[in-house]
Amino acid sequence: MRTILFLIRKEFLQIFRDRMIGKAIFAVPLVQMLILVPAVTFEIREVKLCIIDMDMTSESRKLIGQLEGSTFFRVSHSTFSENEARNLLDKNRYDLILRIPGGFGRDIGNRNPAAIHASINAINATTAQLSWAYLNGVIHDYNLNIIADNPGSIATAGIIPRTEITNRFWYNENLVYSHYMLPGILAILVTAIGFLLAGLNLVKEKEAGTIEQINVTPIRKHQFITGKMVPFIIIGLFDLALGLALGKLVFRIPFEGSIGLFFLCAAIFMISVLGIALFISNFSSSQQQFMFVAYFFMMILILMSGIFTPFESMPSWAIKFNMANPMAYLIRINRMIMLKGSGFRDIYRDIASLAVLAVIFTAFAVRRYRKTA
Amino acid sequence: MKRFFGFVKKEFLHIFRDFRTLIILFGIPASQILIFGFVISTDIENAGIAFLDLSKDEISTGISDRICSSGFFSRTADLAGYEEADRVMKSGRAKAVIIFPAGFGREFLSGRQTTISIIADGSEPNTATLITSYASAIISDFNREYTAPGMTAPLPVQPEVRMFYNPGLKSHYMFVPGVITLILILICALMTSITIAREKEFGTMEVLLVSPLKPSQIIIGKVMPYFFLSFINVIVILLLSWLVFDLPVRGSLALLLAETMLYIMMSLSLGILISTFTANMQQAIFISLIGLMLPTILLSGFIFPIENMPKIYDVLSSVLPPRYFIVIIKNLMIKGKSFSYVWKETLILTLMTIVFLGISIRNFKIRLE
Repeated sequence: MRTILFLIRKEFLQIFRDRMIGKAIFAVPLVQMLILVPAVTFEIREVKLCIIDMDMTSESRKLIGQLEGSTFFRVSHSTFSENEARNLLDKNRYDLILRIPGGFGRDIGNRNPAAIHASINAINATTAQLSWAYLNGVIHDYNLNIIADNPGSIATAGIIPRTEITNRFWYNENLVYSHYMLPGILAILVTAIGFLLAGLNLVKEKEAGTIEQINVTPIRKHQFITGKMVPFIIIGLFDLALGLALGKLVFRIPFEGSIGLFFLCAAIFMISVLGIALFISNFSSSQQQFMFVAYFFMMILILMSGIFTPFESMPSWAIKFNMANPMAYLIRINRMIMLKGSGFRDIYRDIASLAVLAVIFTAFAVRRYRKTA
Repeated sequence: MKRFFGFVKKEFLHIFRDFRTLIILFGIPASQILIFGFVISTDIENAGIAFLDLSKDEISTGISDRICSSGFFSRTADLAGYEEADRVMKSGRAKAVIIFPAGFGREFLSGRQTTISIIADGSEPNTATLITSYASAIISDFNREYTAPGMTAPLPVQPEVRMFYNPGLKSHYMFVPGVITLILILICALMTSITIAREKEFGTMEVLLVSPLKPSQIIIGKVMPYFFLSFINVIVILLLSWLVFDLPVRGSLALLLAETMLYIMMSLSLGILISTFTANMQQAIFISLIGLMLPTILLSGFIFPIENMPKIYDVLSSVLPPRYFIVIIKNLMIKGKSFSYVWKETLILTLMTIVFLGISIRNFKIRLE
């Protein structure tokens, strides 16, 4: 036990002797969190609309007025030239072009179906679909107005919905993105730092040759790995606590569940991630090699974890892979504890899987470390 | 000049001698494009959904079957009472609960107003929004079809839509350009960020400094071999995105390659810049990986559109090179535009490259401390 404590003390000294790293460990995650969290949102602020009104009747103006009145669209340009409109769409100045052909008002007056054409920039398919859905909503209202203005005319019953749909969002009533993103972003930063530093630390000893000195001491394999792991678990949890406190102050993120449970999960998670890092670094012979492999795995752990894009939209092989991805469990557990207030009973299976991963990866790291050359 | 080529040769040898790194260097970008191209998507597929059907009649089962057969949702639970809704969402089994009130079908058939409630798990806002809007659309469709025949006269105004650039609404079109941008900058910056730091750490810097090579020659000589390697990477990546993801190259291929070369040049210079002001490899890796990774993923418009962010991020993200390259690559590949649409972005990237290289050369200390 005393040996481990000495090793841990040595590691701490080594980390903080590098002034830049010593500061960066705390400053980088907090600053990045503060800057990045408010930026991350899928919520569409406004769709910029360009209108080609070839009709210029009171009907078409009424439709435009209704679009202007909706909070979702911003009508910021109107033109008569289709080429110009197309060009503006190409340049990303507008998201949607609505063309109202001549004879629009006349058709409505004659009770003929009148057509309008929307051209949407669909490179971002999700946004395009949502804009189209909103546009349809506005036109639907417009239709209802026309029908209401001409009572007894066409197909009233076909349009007025008989089933009302009410929505509610639980756990995050107003769909605040920062509540959803903060735990995840914080987790990524903490992981990245621990992963990188712990791994580099070990390879550095190899490169500098100081690992030989440890190999000839009676330090046992598991003591060595524990000594490399514990400082980064402590630093990681400390960073996490700092980040949460800051998040609470700045973004007013809620914390519904138990803080103890949260840190327990985070600690198990740190062990599993550091296990992977040390395993990789046992394989690598230079810092460069470790860096590339670490980058590869970190990107995979992060982008596949379901933090930025939903878990459900991944192909089934990715979901299977995520059973071995500690990050995926942590992101899920974090959100559950913090936003939903889930207790141990709700998430014990995730915690158990995480613990199994932690044991497996650490065992790999210990086994792979060879004291003999 | 001969000295310079000798130096470049030495750098090439350095890279080729480390065979493992070389394999990693080519393996990583290719496999990441493949993995992320498939995994990163915001479409909803098979989202778990629970039903609380207090009516259990033909209409309510009709609607719930319709919802589940759409491909967006899969039924994970049937609840017996309101109190179970919380449980099923807390354990994460369902992302939403759809509730049919008692007597729903009877009211529906008699033409009275009925209500269906959707309770979605707001702890994942984007999924929650998509789920409610998809489910609502399915329910409205059901409604419309169920209204008595003969009542389906045409609506006064019928909108038509044309989805430009991406008629199939594939999410690849949004994400593959982003993945290319992300991987190129990270891998290029990582490669060069440690080159000078390594010489410092191993003590070989001294040898370089006493040689008659000028700082600019050392820096350009360090960038050159990586430039060739990255170019091979670029070709592999573009081939993969074309063959596997059907990403078209609608614009000029030569221009696309030229722009990509500019972008890797910029990324390599950024790496060199990091390398000149860090004391050892650990610091260089820390900055280039942790400093670049998340800002590039989040602020470049790769997953999260910049237009949706608060105004200030428009300014903040303008210092990030990936933002411009994403615009270039989308314009050239997907929209099929010419140089006149991307000259501004090209100019900015060129300026960045010059600034990065200039500062690195100035920053390069020819004396040991």
